[in-house]
Amino acid sequence: MKAIEMIDVTKRFPDASAPAVNSVSLSIDEGEFITILGTSGCGKTTLLKMVNRLYEPTEGTIMLFGEDISTVDKVVVRRRIGYVIQQVGLFPHMTIADNVATVPKLLKWEKPVIEQRVDELLEVVGLDPREYRGRYPSQLSGGQQQRVGLARALAVDPKIMLLDEPFGAIDAITRTNLQDELLRLHKDLRKTFLFVTHDINEAFKLGDRVIVMDGGRVRQFDTPRNIALKPADGFTASLIASAREQERFWEELE
Amino acid sequence: MIDYLISYPDKLLTPLLQHLELLVITLVVSLAVAAVLTIASMYSKTLARVLTYLFSIIYSIPSLALFVLLIPLTGLGTTTALIVLVTYNQYLLLRNFLAGLEGVDPAIIEAATGMGMSTMQILVKIRLPLAKKVLFTGIRLSAVSTIGIITIAALINAGGIGTLLFDGLRTMNTVKILWGAILAGGLAIIADALLKLVEKRLERTGADAPDNREKTFD
Repeated sequence: MKAIEMIDVTKRFPDASAPAVNSVSLSIDEGEFITILGTSGCGKTTLLKMVNRLYEPTEGTIMLFGEDISTVDKVVVRRRIGYVIQQVGLFPHMTIADNVATVPKLLKWEKPVIEQRVDELLEVVGLDPREYRGRYPSQLSGGQQQRVGLARALAVDPKIMLLDEPFGAIDAITRTNLQDELLRLHKDLRKTFLFVTHDINEAFKLGDRVIVMDGGRVRQFDTPRNIALKPADGFTASLIASAREQERFWEELE
Repeated sequence: MIDYLISYPDKLLTPLLQHLELLVITLVVSLAVAAVLTIASMYSKTLARVLTYLFSIIYSIPSLALFVLLIPLTGLGTTTALIVLVTYNQYLLLRNFLAGLEGVDPAIIEAATGMGMSTMQILVKIRLPLAKKVLFTGIRLSAVSTIGIITIAALINAGGIGTLLFDGLRTMNTVKILWGAILAGGLAIIADALLKLVEKRLERTGADAPDNREKTFD
């Protein structure tokens, strides 16, 4: 069974001339780390947000583990999926522990179970629970905040994680650390990750397979190696070329 | 002045208590109505726009005119005053409530929605606590405005400090006029100052507290 399956999915926003996502069909296996790569406005975030029904497709069907999500209550679909965004969106009036406990509380877990789960999750994302539980988001650095964002998304052990440029606003060194930890996390948890980024290095480093998007369409969906060896079209080729260009720039400096 | 206070204390106390009574009733009813309208507005942007527009038009009608307009329907007295006062307050309350609740960082709302919170859960757990200062500003503004308009409501027999003022004007009694002015003005100023204090306290609790601001780096 496929974790995520899209069949001819199109999204048209009112007042937009072209569809944001144009008849996309693809399927993703359970446990895969998929990155969606594209320039801004290519439809990558729209595609992601249709998976947890923040947007509804104009046409087409999205299935999660064989179940058509348009038949399931929105709130129920979302509680089954982890969601991380670039601006993190931690609740500033709640402690780190309360932030992480958001979905368990919505699902009315027992208090001791929640407490234990919060500690466990903070450990998983590399924050010492004793030190961070009682703090407020404003006391944390950007990188630490996104760690909490990850812990919060992982709280009820969702099978699918959606990550929308989670490291987009984080400095280069912290970003590299977080990428490595995310890879480690994925290896340990074997969840299905869908990760949106506009950074080709990030997309190729993290993804088992990469979805290259442009103009609302999927240009290529393959392993990083296959894409690098055989770019499907001019757009993908130009992406690879721009990455190589950067590499050359560094070599010249040395 | 002081003689008047000592000789006829209840001539000052009764209007003051009437004034306060009408103020409290007005605020309780206004808040209840505004809460319902605000929650309904959270579900429909159109309703929010229509309501704010409607109440802004009513708010622009001078209070005396509105009192007089209602007299054929509800007669003289506190009922008419209450209707006008509550309606005026809806503009101040609704505008501030909606501005506060809608003013919460969209990223926070997106995260909350994406995690599976319902509109009502987002309102109660996220929007309300984050907007409480702006909400309270609305309550303060409507309290002060109500104190002022109740003074005018004395003209339609609703009682209050206005009776002192208008009696004084009619009989050219300067002492009465002065006491009326001092009580009405003083009440508004004191209420404003007290509520501002509460507002400051709200600001200092929770996430915005200055001692919570210290940052660490990883």
